[in-house]
Amino acid sequence: MTTITHETEITADDKVPVIRITREFDAPPAKVFRAHTDPHLLAQWLGPRDLEMTIDYFDCRTGGAYRYLHRRGEDEFGFHGSFHEVRPNEVIVQTFTFEGVPDGVALERAQFDALADGRTRLTVTSLVGSFEERAAILASGMERGVREGYEKLDQLLQTQR
Amino acid sequence: MPADALSRVFAALSDPIRLDMVARLADGDATVKELAEPYDVTVQAVSKHLRVLEGAGVVSRSRDAQRRPAHLEAQVFDVMTGWIERYRRQAEDRYRRLDSLLRSMPDDEEQAVAAPAADRPRKEETP
Repeated sequence: MTTITHETEITADDKVPVIRITREFDAPPAKVFRAHTDPHLLAQWLGPRDLEMTIDYFDCRTGGAYRYLHRRGEDEFGFHGSFHEVRPNEVIVQTFTFEGVPDGVALERAQFDALADGRTRLTVTSLVGSFEERAAILASGMERGVREGYEKLDQLLQTQR
Repeated sequence: MPADALSRVFAALSDPIRLDMVARLADGDATVKELAEPYDVTVQAVSKHLRVLEGAGVVSRSRDAQRRPAHLEAQVFDVMTGWIERYRRQAEDRYRRLDSLLRSMPDDEEQAVAAPAADRPRKEETP
């Protein structure tokens, strides 16, 4: 089934350096939650198309921690953080650090809300250290741009028919 | 837009008051006095913020008119909107991969996930 879901919405708050992402999925919260907490599933969708994602460790429970790597040839980008609060099928609160900027840390909250007909609304709120840092994060999208996104999307849509 | 110009824009927008001023200028031109009204700071302080925004090319001010209203440079505003749109597309791309994965996940596994985590065997230990 190739039902078109609601497209991702991004909000950048005026008062605090927050990025909010909202997206709806044609699957119940338990399934969407599992795709976030099972590292084998997470690795299949989280990483950018041209990077290979490998999990170093991933212990998704309150008090747990994670680390994963994105690799492109010789280049390696590490990310790590702690799971502050994990409530099955409801919420994941975690920290997030890109190891290239080790002092930078975002506080992220992913909330899984059940909608009618077994669908889910995912709301991810990311609080970063400063407005400048947020501008840099938003601008980081410029480097990769549209190119890779649509290639991967085309492939995906072809395999879905 | 070259990198040093971009970093000036980042620095200019790193202050909550300046960011708020930019948001208000998106609705239309305004004088220093008008911009200062909602804040608990002096007109001089707002004037200083405005000079930072001017220096980064985010706003311009009319030379001729007596009131010298500040004007948001549409080009800079477009660049910012562009960042957010690209970031949004990346998130959308990621979530379409998740859509595809969710479709491939069997429904009966949802029952196992719905059970408390403690009752569920860890993946590595599952025979």
